[in-house]
Amino acid sequence: MEKTKVKSNKRKSIHEPKMNNPNIEKNDDKPDLLSTSLASNGSLVSSYNEYDLDTSDEEDLRNTIGNVPLKWYDDYEHIGYDLDGEKISKPANSKRNDELDEFLEKMENPDYWRTVRDSQTGGKIILSDEDIEIIKRLTSSKFANKNVEEFDTSTFFTHDEMKMPLSGRPEHKRSFIPSNWERLRVGKYVHAIKMGWIKPAIKKPEDSEEKFYDIWADENDADKRKHLHHLPAPKCPLPDHYESYNPPPEYLFDDEEKEKWEKQEPEDRRINFIPKKYPSLRLVPGYGNFIKEKFERCLDMYLAPRQRKMRVQVDPQDLLPKLPKPRDLQPFPNTLAITFKGHKSTITSISVHQSGQWILSSSNDKTVKCWEVSTGRCIYTWTFETKCVNCAWIPVQNLCLFSVVFENIVMIVNPKCGDKVISSNTDAKVAEYFVQFEQSNQSKSVDGNESDDESSEKKNTDTRKPPCTWKFFHEKKNDPNYKQGFRIQLIHQKNLKNVSWHPKGDYFATVLDDKNSNSSVIMHQLSKQKSVRPFAKMNGIVQQVVFHPFKPILFVATQRYVKVYDLVKQILVKKLLTNVQWVSSLDVHPAGDNLIIGSYDNRLSWFDLDLSTKPYKTLKHHKKAIRSVAYHKKYPLFASCSDDGTAIVSHGMVYDDLMQNALIVPLKILRGHEITKNIGVTCCKFHPTQPWLFTCGADKTIRLYSN
Amino acid sequence: MGKMKKKYESGAATAFIPRNQAIKKLQLTIADFRRLCILKGVYPVEPKNKKKVNKGRSGNRTFYFAKDINYLASDPIINKFRDFKVYVKRLKRAKGRRDVKALGRLRANKPSYKIDHIVKERYPTFTDAIRDLDDCLSLIFLFSVLPKSKRVYVERVQLAKRFSLEFMHYLIASKSLRKCFISIKGYYFQAEIKGQKITWVMPHKLAYQCPDDVDFRIMSTFVEFYSVMLGFVNFKSYQDIGLIYPPKLSITKNDTKAKDDEYDLSDLNDEFLASLNCDAIKINQSQDESQGDEFPLVDEENPDHIEKEKIEEDNLNKLKALFKGLKFFLNREVPREPFVLAIRSFSGEVSWDKASALGSTYQENDETITHQIIDRPLVGKTYLNRAYVQPQWVFDCINENILLPVDDYLPGAVLPPHLSPFVDTNEHGYIPPEKQKLIKLKLGITDTEDKIKPEDPEEKEEQNVDKKEKKNVPKPETKINKKEETKIAKKKPSKNSDSEDESEESEEEEINDMKVDLDSPDEEQESDEESSEPEEEEKTQPDKDKKPMIAVVKAQPKKENVNLILKRQVDEERKLSEMMIPKKNKRLYDKIMKSKKKKNQEVEKLKQKRKIYDENQVKNAKKIK
Repeated sequence: MEKTKVKSNKRKSIHEPKMNNPNIEKNDDKPDLLSTSLASNGSLVSSYNEYDLDTSDEEDLRNTIGNVPLKWYDDYEHIGYDLDGEKISKPANSKRNDELDEFLEKMENPDYWRTVRDSQTGGKIILSDEDIEIIKRLTSSKFANKNVEEFDTSTFFTHDEMKMPLSGRPEHKRSFIPSNWERLRVGKYVHAIKMGWIKPAIKKPEDSEEKFYDIWADENDADKRKHLHHLPAPKCPLPDHYESYNPPPEYLFDDEEKEKWEKQEPEDRRINFIPKKYPSLRLVPGYGNFIKEKFERCLDMYLAPRQRKMRVQVDPQDLLPKLPKPRDLQPFPNTLAITFKGHKSTITSISVHQSGQWILSSSNDKTVKCWEVSTGRCIYTWTFETKCVNCAWIPVQNLCLFSVVFENIVMIVNPKCGDKVISSNTDAKVAEYFVQFEQSNQSKSVDGNESDDESSEKKNTDTRKPPCTWKFFHEKKNDPNYKQGFRIQLIHQKNLKNVSWHPKGDYFATVLDDKNSNSSVIMHQLSKQKSVRPFAKMNGIVQQVVFHPFKPILFVATQRYVKVYDLVKQILVKKLLTNVQWVSSLDVHPAGDNLIIGSYDNRLSWFDLDLSTKPYKTLKHHKKAIRSVAYHKKYPLFASCSDDGTAIVSHGMVYDDLMQNALIVPLKILRGHEITKNIGVTCCKFHPTQPWLFTCGADKTIRLYSN
Repeated sequence: MGKMKKKYESGAATAFIPRNQAIKKLQLTIADFRRLCILKGVYPVEPKNKKKVNKGRSGNRTFYFAKDINYLASDPIINKFRDFKVYVKRLKRAKGRRDVKALGRLRANKPSYKIDHIVKERYPTFTDAIRDLDDCLSLIFLFSVLPKSKRVYVERVQLAKRFSLEFMHYLIASKSLRKCFISIKGYYFQAEIKGQKITWVMPHKLAYQCPDDVDFRIMSTFVEFYSVMLGFVNFKSYQDIGLIYPPKLSITKNDTKAKDDEYDLSDLNDEFLASLNCDAIKINQSQDESQGDEFPLVDEENPDHIEKEKIEEDNLNKLKALFKGLKFFLNREVPREPFVLAIRSFSGEVSWDKASALGSTYQENDETITHQIIDRPLVGKTYLNRAYVQPQWVFDCINENILLPVDDYLPGAVLPPHLSPFVDTNEHGYIPPEKQKLIKLKLGITDTEDKIKPEDPEEKEEQNVDKKEKKNVPKPETKINKKEETKIAKKKPSKNSDSEDESEESEEEEINDMKVDLDSPDEEQESDEESSEPEEEEKTQPDKDKKPMIAVVKAQPKKENVNLILKRQVDEERKLSEMMIPKKNKRLYDKIMKSKKKKNQEVEKLKQKRKIYDENQVKNAKKIK
């Protein structure tokens, strides 16, 4: 295609109105010169150089519609009117193409890139090479005309000195007098410097290498102000074998340990990494938590409160109390000598005869057995209607009697063992009691017959029933009970817990198994066949009562307290605070000034009655509830037995010197009883003369531990 | 009547001050307060009676010593902090206004502070500073390997690197390194300076990812202080051994002749410093000789003590010259820094491939090299007159203070376990068999040279104890056997109870008792009882004792019982006396016993695991066969 100047149709039309201009005349022939032809693309191509006619009306508007957006004329074929009132038609190529045409144009027309739209006529103009060059020059900020010398000063500035000034203006006065403004400004600065407001810039001493010097040169003037309670941070623990890159195999975690480690909270872990083994040093990777660990250490250094902890460097042996060795405190029961077997159920209690020759045992299999200690032979068995709760020998040697408790009955039995004389004497005595009893009953009934009114009045005053009824079995009636040895039967109103005999053998006290009754303790006197309730009121459940060995004093163990009553004065002497939850048993030292209690919460407390109402010593040596405690009559021994299947024998020496406290030394843990149904050893009793201990348990055996 | 004393106006309540109150008092932001605390080494404390200090309230607050806070308040640095706050504000303002002039002026006048006086205050003596060097060194060594990142100032890292290198130079020059250990966390080193043992860890030089939950500002503040402190420590310690600080290296000209033409030597100083393979120049060469003279033996009353000290000193001297005369060559895969430090601290000579780093003194083809440290399978040219060993050998030798036989450490060999030298063999309870082997080896070697080593007597004792135990075992058995025989000779007892001897003793006592009881009317019966007792037993256990003669011959099962009985007896006695521990001591006792038990359990577990491992090893070996 010809590379000629394209003249828009519109441009021509502009020229047309200019015809009337006076200088158009000059270029009159111009249109003639134009050999306009329609280019193939429809745009007009002119062959003459536009820049040759350098007219100022180039600036003029080429249309007559004014400076309005061309799109307003989109719908018309013309753009304004000429002077003659003819429509000025739009250039042929001013029609807007749709996208597709545009695209095709773009593809097909090689001059597409240099085609622009005339903003005044809307026609297309193909820029000529000159145009493009001008554009290029302009964009690189040069003169549009390439012939113009930009920096040509040769004609303007010459080396010749001019005689005359360029302008004939005389110099201003200002240029001859000093500036007032400057003077003021300088004055201000001077003032500021004088006042010290402005200081010369301080030259910073350069950071030299000699930053460090011997700071500790004179150690003498060590800062003594440093306060005394400075707590240096504890050092990091040193690494052990676990941390080695190649630890011994036993230090590596197995699966179980690894799982445990992973499950643990990071704070609970003993070591904060999993030990690993690498066959060689080059395979050791960087430790991922290193920065974290060091950071945590930093946090600890300034955030963690410090405290001086005194590390106790104690040998545990020093903490053990200095006690005599058990083997120096012999004799005491330490070996199992005899096992008495025969009962078919749990043995509830045992009792050793004063002579030490016989023992009695009561059991849940409704029997009471009498055993000969030396042979281990059961010499007699009595069978009762219900489970036997308790059995106890009368604590005097000249009578051969014992008491058995079952349900609400206390049975006094003559076992007829041992010395025949004593046995018969006992029978005689019981017969005597019977006679007395008959007489008193008769007199009572006579009294009742004689004065019914009085008796009724009496009954009114004494509204309470007699605590129990006495019943004697008599020889003459050929009673089978008598043949069995049963002598007296005391029927109570409620079930019984246990019986305890006064050391002289005349009195005995029974404890009713009754939580509500105020009078659960009943005192009986054999010689007068009488029963009384000694206490009008009693707080707490009574566990056991024990008579003082030689004084008229009664110890009553309730659930939490041990109350000491004077029987003569009938007053409460002392109330011992046990500090346990539930007292199970009680025993009084043969000297009468000390007592021990066992409790269901595993504690054994020793009370010194002269010392205080609080325990002198509390031992928690059993693992389970203590069932029974006992003192030895002669030796300084006491024992406790518990549901953990053991009985513990301890040395409990009481000194005559009031200033010296009792010495308590555990001597031996006696094992042997099996635990059945969570019950271990139920009762323990000492031999009256020998350092032997009898225990009975839920495993249906009685065991004798000898020294 | 005097004035009524008000509560919480004296004593503990005023000696402590809660944190918020302290901040208010100092008029600082919490961040500044933290920085100040870190720099000044002020830490919260746990008061003895918290309720009193907390004025009866039960809130959980952190407390500082009121004196500490006063000490902070009086520090000039606190004003610098305030200045800095103002500076930042001004800078922000200038930036906002795009006032370039002001920005330049402000930046030129940026407030700075010095913390020299804090170092002096916190550590009045040089020894104090040394004692606290553990954390300092660990952190500085960590920072020296940190990568360049936004959160860490490059200057800090460079400074840390410089100080750590200087410190290592000091260690080499003073030969104060004592123990080293390769752990999975890094290289642990223990040095002894001024009688203080300091331990630090040098991380493995590998890329460390900076975790996001780590506040580097806090670490930087620590490093800021520690680097100043370490600078002073370095200066002082260099001065003490007569070296110039900052270190000037005695780089011989001929070593670096080739490079000399191109660079100035002083430019390379830092790189040579990093190589750790050049000696530092001393201020005065004659100072050398004053070192190492004998200390006067003051404690003449205690000859054992002196003897012990002397032996320890001998050991120390031996350790210091452990690698004397040995020439090491490090293969390029061996981490250079820790090994050069370890070898040179014990008088060894070391070099590496010229191409890998500056500062190598001789090349691989040097015939005088005695050991080449190699951490990969052996390939290429090998030299017959040198030992090729794995890196662990160096560290094991140092910890054992002997040159171990290299057989176990040959390249490609399965290495013996690397054991921590920081574990006290006596206290720990469990000694791995490898350690026992080492001890034996050491004993075998050193028996001829010098009799006693610090660990030796105890070890011997242990062995003795072992022997005794072994001896003890058979003796009582024989005794018991004799006893039984004599018994048989006297009478033929039909008892078969567990404790024969006890019953024997008790029999005599029983007889005595009987004598006492003679008065009692039941005497006859009792004697009957005595005699009948065994019969009774027989009745109860009739089937057991049918063949008394055979029972006598059968002494075997009882052999074990002797020890058992003895042990049981002791145990029971202990248990009984434990019952009588007063309540106030009980808890402590229980705690001690519990920890002991735990320790024992741990030892047992280790033993068990080892046993299983050994069994497996044997099995595997058999399978292979």
